[in-house]
Amino acid sequence: MRTPWMTKLAVYAILVAGALLFVFPFIYMILTSFFTATFSLPRPEEVFSVTPNFINYQVVWGKNHFAQYFGNSMLLTSVAMLGALLVSSLTAYGFARFSFPGKEGVFRLFLLTMMIPSVINIIPQFIIIKNMGLVNTYAGLWLVYIATGVVGNMFFLRGFFESIPRELEESVLIDGGGNWRIYWNIYLPLSLPAMGTLAIFVFQATWEEYFLALTIIKSEALRTLPIAILMFNDKYATNYGQIFAASIIALLPVILIYIAFQKKFVQSGFNEGAVKG
Amino acid sequence: MTQATLPRKSRFRTGLTQWLNALPFVAVGLVGVLVFVVYPMIQNVKVSFQEFNILPGQNSPWVGWDNYRSVFDDPNDKFMIALKNTFLNVAVTVPINWFLAVFFAVVINTRFVKMKVAFRTLYYLPIVTSWIVVALLFKYLFADGSGGFVNYVLLNVGILSEPIAWKSHYWSAMIMIWLFHIWKTVGWGIVIYLAALQGIPRDLYEAADMDGASATGKFFRVTLPMLRPITVFVLINLVNGAFGFFPQVYFITAGGPMNQTQVIPSLIYMEAFKHFHFGEAAAMGVMMGLLVFAVTYYQMTKIGKQRLF
Repeated sequence: MRTPWMTKLAVYAILVAGALLFVFPFIYMILTSFFTATFSLPRPEEVFSVTPNFINYQVVWGKNHFAQYFGNSMLLTSVAMLGALLVSSLTAYGFARFSFPGKEGVFRLFLLTMMIPSVINIIPQFIIIKNMGLVNTYAGLWLVYIATGVVGNMFFLRGFFESIPRELEESVLIDGGGNWRIYWNIYLPLSLPAMGTLAIFVFQATWEEYFLALTIIKSEALRTLPIAILMFNDKYATNYGQIFAASIIALLPVILIYIAFQKKFVQSGFNEGAVKG
Repeated sequence: MTQATLPRKSRFRTGLTQWLNALPFVAVGLVGVLVFVVYPMIQNVKVSFQEFNILPGQNSPWVGWDNYRSVFDDPNDKFMIALKNTFLNVAVTVPINWFLAVFFAVVINTRFVKMKVAFRTLYYLPIVTSWIVVALLFKYLFADGSGGFVNYVLLNVGILSEPIAWKSHYWSAMIMIWLFHIWKTVGWGIVIYLAALQGIPRDLYEAADMDGASATGKFFRVTLPMLRPITVFVLINLVNGAFGFFPQVYFITAGGPMNQTQVIPSLIYMEAFKHFHFGEAAAMGVMMGLLVFAVTYYQMTKIGKQRLF
């Protein structure tokens, strides 16, 4: 069946228009980041006639400890991601492979907690962290990030783990290995796409987390990138070129990871994890 | 089956052994969730009945329902406005978000379209960017005066005769928040629907072709019915997302003008951390929790059975 060229044209026109709608704000942001005049809102015609340069990026990177905050965020996010992957996958493994009384009840209770907006928990979480003496430490943030992520991550991973055939475990059992070996040698390697997708989700969520970090981190030296960007914005409100140069630097890690892995990422992430029949 | 016939004691024993087997794997996760998710929620209920003091050494006296009363006795009706806005946000954004998701997914999935992956990537881009950065970007695009991009375009097209101060009026601020939310999240629905569309068996369409069905006929008779289970999943998530507006409001208007665009999470956060009304914030949190619970409980049991996730 051949499609008339008019229809094709119309469909592509819609697609390109839609894509522009989603991409244009990014383009406008990038163009603005080349804009070096400060203290006034750049008018659209000025934005479109700007010449690409990296002056703002260089200035921003060296200003207000920005590089240090970038490093802070990298450290905070990497450890939180590894910890979340380990704890969540262990918990999901326990729920997927073992049966114990009350399992589904606990699972349901946990899922219900996902529906409650997390903002209401910030104060009690802060008090717990304070009682543990972990205010103004990354350890405090790691504990909360990893623990609060367990429910959603376990939810995501459990489906994958349950789809792994039990027969595969026999090879480990014959070798005399136990449950830990099964987890490490069978379940983790076979769910790498799911773990990878989850890693990206956790990375993104932690990388941009603002409210909890603002509550728990007090000292300037430990600040994370989202806090730094908002403070930068408050301080240099009219310096749009620098604000968006800083924003783009903050966006880059997540966007690069996403584009690099997006073929695997979206497919495995939603086909199987999200739409499990 | 066999368990039910066993005597009580050995049933307890089996249960205990089963727990002991699973415990090494689930213990850390369970303790973490209990300490940092479940316990804070209980704590929150407690604080909602106290005049809470965060300073060490000070006690927090019980005040009964006072916090709840003062939430409703507020002369500015902040809570009721936030509640109204929350429902308005659901009513406006969910249908638009849903329609755009189905629409773009179907168009991308058209048989002759090349570079499907590229389009999907572009449409998904807003999802992977941070709320804070996109909020700064939207505030910049919707800047006051004729130099703001949106005002500039609307003035030049002739829709506006003078520039709008978007954040200074209730309706224009709400429209900005809605556009921000839809732009940021619609890619999620598109990706889910694309995956679902690719899962519809080809032969259904071939059979429809043989019966001489038109393109629209195929869409309504084959595509939509096949997408039904996914639609349930997508709608539930869209409703929950619209219910949970927080960065959308906090980073764009911070509740302004005069707390008119506030939603409950942003109001809770600002009451607690700007005004230190912890008791009232906790009371609002409890009520929001009950509301969300009521709205989603039915959905949750349904999802739990279907294993849609």
